Amino acid sequence: MKKLQRKHILGLRDMGAGEIELVLDTAARFKEILARPVKKVPTLRGRSVITLFFENSTRTRTSFELAAKIMSAEAINIAVAQSSAAKGESLKDTLLTLDALTADCVIIRHPNAGAPEIASRYLKGQIINAGDGFHEHPSQGLLDMLTIRENKGQIEGLNITIVGDLLHSRVARSNLYGLTTMGAKVTLCGPDTLLPQEFAGRARLETDCDKAVADADVVMMLRLQQERMDGVYLPGVREYSALYGLNARRLAKAKPDAIVMHPGPMNRGVEIADDIADGAQSVILPQVTNGVAVRMALLYLLLGGDED
Amino acid sequence: MTAHNDKRKSEDKRPPGVLMDAGDIARALKRVAHEIAERNRGIENVVLIGIPRHGVPLAERIAGHLAHIEEQDVPVGALDVALYRDDYSKRLVAPQQTKIEFSVGGKIVVIVDDVLFTGRTVRAALDALNDHGRPAMVQLAVLVDRGHRELPIRADFVGKNLPTARDEEVTVSLSELDSEDIVRIEKG
Repeated sequence: MKKLQRKHILGLRDMGAGEIELVLDTAARFKEILARPVKKVPTLRGRSVITLFFENSTRTRTSFELAAKIMSAEAINIAVAQSSAAKGESLKDTLLTLDALTADCVIIRHPNAGAPEIASRYLKGQIINAGDGFHEHPSQGLLDMLTIRENKGQIEGLNITIVGDLLHSRVARSNLYGLTTMGAKVTLCGPDTLLPQEFAGRARLETDCDKAVADADVVMMLRLQQERMDGVYLPGVREYSALYGLNARRLAKAKPDAIVMHPGPMNRGVEIADDIADGAQSVILPQVTNGVAVRMALLYLLLGGDED
Repeated sequence: MTAHNDKRKSEDKRPPGVLMDAGDIARALKRVAHEIAERNRGIENVVLIGIPRHGVPLAERIAGHLAHIEEQDVPVGALDVALYRDDYSKRLVAPQQTKIEFSVGGKIVVIVDDVLFTGRTVRAALDALNDHGRPAMVQLAVLVDRGHRELPIRADFVGKNLPTARDEEVTVSLSELDSEDIVRIEKG
């Protein structure tokens, strides 16, 4: 079988359609393992996978750790608040130390864009970016694409609308790159202050949410982060919710079989109404399950041997 | 090795490089089905599990023969072993779908594969099967046994024993997956 044409997973911007399909196909097959009574395969026995998170995260870190453990790798979490980084150790020294500890793969989340790329210079093993600043979150983009493909059969030609804070969203960036590479028609929607013009080449930009959602096959809502709710970017939460929140009336403008996605954690009642989050069109929980399968696939493809 | 080649020539009216044609494969599978029924005195507790890719259609064909012989259906599953291989760090193998929609606990499981060579695939299959339950017994059926085992593994049911050189390559084509039913050998 083909390998990925890269050593590290830093983003989806430069990942080709063939590589994305390889990850999605592999992940789709790994889902069967998650349905077994014994959720464990011996494949990555003896490999060490370290999660190094400089930002809070529950689902991404747990998902990576679970993926590593299901594949029988040793999964070790470094809680940065209790680590030497808190004592002022540089990213470079942290990585050199992990390399000396013979880590095979380091999964890194960092508040600064580009930190995983810098980290990759100091580790002999592989780096997976689990979110860096406002840059990318490639495994989230891949799990979203797997979820879309499962529900719609393919990605090519779909109308996919992403609504929310596009400016600060690494989830949106990874999805935008991946989805357009796979041939989807992406619409980005948000208030002017949070809708960067740099995306105009790849996607349709729309500030009117009703128009953006019209005829969509997929509506992906982004989390509105607390710190943006008041002040510079938005006049207030209630106005944002009224103009950009997804409720039954707005969702009715999308295709009748449209699916609703959210990377979590959700602000219920802000960007998404309760009855939509829990409704029949929501695939928010399947997204979480697919996240484990996608991360298993990434570890499998990165830590494996040569091409068959 | 020369002796092997001579023997192959003398019994063969087939084109060079062809070890089994469609008729040979059909007859071998029919006999294997009879042997499975005979060995287990019926197929009451028997399930067939094919190893993707070629083991799966072979298992389905054997199940078809068994249904005819014993007038009873045999459950057929697919067991992928890619994640259980011992050479993962050397060679990346594309995982296939495992699909076993019945319990293997307490059953007589017949593992079906196309070619038995080093025995490492079967070793991986035994490990993989373990994660799905505890069979009462595990048996092995293969279309071709070409020798050169690296592990203490043997087949219970063999379509055809073929002495080969280690560097030769035996390829099985089946109409379900490829264009035709044929077993070929090539110099490595």
